[in-house]
Amino acid sequence: MADTMQFDLVSPERRLASVQASEVQIPGADGDMTAMADHAPTITTLRPGLLRVVHSGGTDEYVVSGGFAEITAGSVSVLAEEALPRGEVTQEVFDRMLGAARDAHAQVVETFKNEPGPVDDAAKLLADMVAMGTHIGLDPRQ
Amino acid sequence: MPSLKDLKNRISSVKSTRKITKAMQMVAAAKLRRAQDAAEQARPYTERFNAVMAGLASAAAGSATAPKLLSGTGSDQVYLLVVMTAERGLCGGFNANIAKLAKQHATQLIAAGKTVKILTVGKKGRDSLRRDFGNLFVAHIDLSAVKRMGYADAQGVARDVLTRFDAGEFDVATMFYSQFQSVISQIPTAQQIIPAKFEGDDNAEAMLYDYEPSEEAILADLLPRGVATAIFAALLENGASEQGARMSAMDNATRNAGDMIDKLTIEYNRSRQAVITNELIEIISGAEAL
Repeated sequence: MADTMQFDLVSPERRLASVQASEVQIPGADGDMTAMADHAPTITTLRPGLLRVVHSGGTDEYVVSGGFAEITAGSVSVLAEEALPRGEVTQEVFDRMLGAARDAHAQVVETFKNEPGPVDDAAKLLADMVAMGTHIGLDPRQ
Repeated sequence: MPSLKDLKNRISSVKSTRKITKAMQMVAAAKLRRAQDAAEQARPYTERFNAVMAGLASAAAGSATAPKLLSGTGSDQVYLLVVMTAERGLCGGFNANIAKLAKQHATQLIAAGKTVKILTVGKKGRDSLRRDFGNLFVAHIDLSAVKRMGYADAQGVARDVLTRFDAGEFDVATMFYSQFQSVISQIPTAQQIIPAKFEGDDNAEAMLYDYEPSEEAILADLLPRGVATAIFAALLENGASEQGARMSAMDNATRNAGDMIDKLTIEYNRSRQAVITNELIEIISGAEAL
């Protein structure tokens, strides 16, 4: 039985990683999950969070802002809307991402006054973003 | 017959024109490489995305609850044409070709009794469509400040288009851009983005996926991103095409300037020789008269 699988992390602007990984922790929209080799084929959407990849050379961490992941028995492909290695996420970068989420939330609240659905979604996105920041030790400055 | 001084001025002016076109060609060549790299980098994402979407879409297409972005609004009365061109000219037929294709479509649609709305991205397309279809413009998106096309720019365009779709402003959206084939060939292309069409190979083994959250939720979440992804891919293709077109246009211009300089130089030398001969004749006939 194979104990590694092909892991690809791509964003629209570039390919960030392509390695043989033994386990991948994915911040799924409905909760975190860890994929290992021979996982059942799954497609899940992502929430803003930390993606952790364990491979023979160590562990890599990436900050993703959303997108989706496609898991098959032999591979995991994460298609992130915006993804950065954790080390590149400085306070300024985080402020910008958080600012974008705040703006989006404000705009949604403005447009959908009486529809809780989209407003809740945007609020969750914002909360996830704040939680991710706290998790990696950055200040969400209210 | 222009005087010697006139010819000299002509030559030096064509020479400086050649310097400019040569420089523009080299800049375009450098930018082309970067634009091609960017397009190359974006390809894996687009391919994976479309493959996943093709699977999802074919499953959902039949159901009555399919999202409007996939199944359409049920009518096809109002068309939105998203015309993407460059912000700057001097790139051969690049802008004109895209505008021409868009014009053809618009004329056909109007002849078929449809309502046409036009959204322009890039200044040049707006300028060349304004005379015939100026009254159909609904918006213009200015990307002239953008140095490096990023996904965020595509998202901006997509957001604008989607807001209009949600507001029921149109039924079908088609975008016009130029596909990069090579430096000498760029193909103006029309691509329908709403309702979305995904081309996956049908032969691929139908993988049975678990979906988290539900299949419908994922589809509803991904379709707007699909529009942004398609627009981003088109913008990148367009960027590479623009630089390619500019490069070959400027190459031609440089060569033409060279030819012109040669011709003018010959003419200049001839008339200088004529002047010298004239003077000699005068001197000789003067000496003979004595």
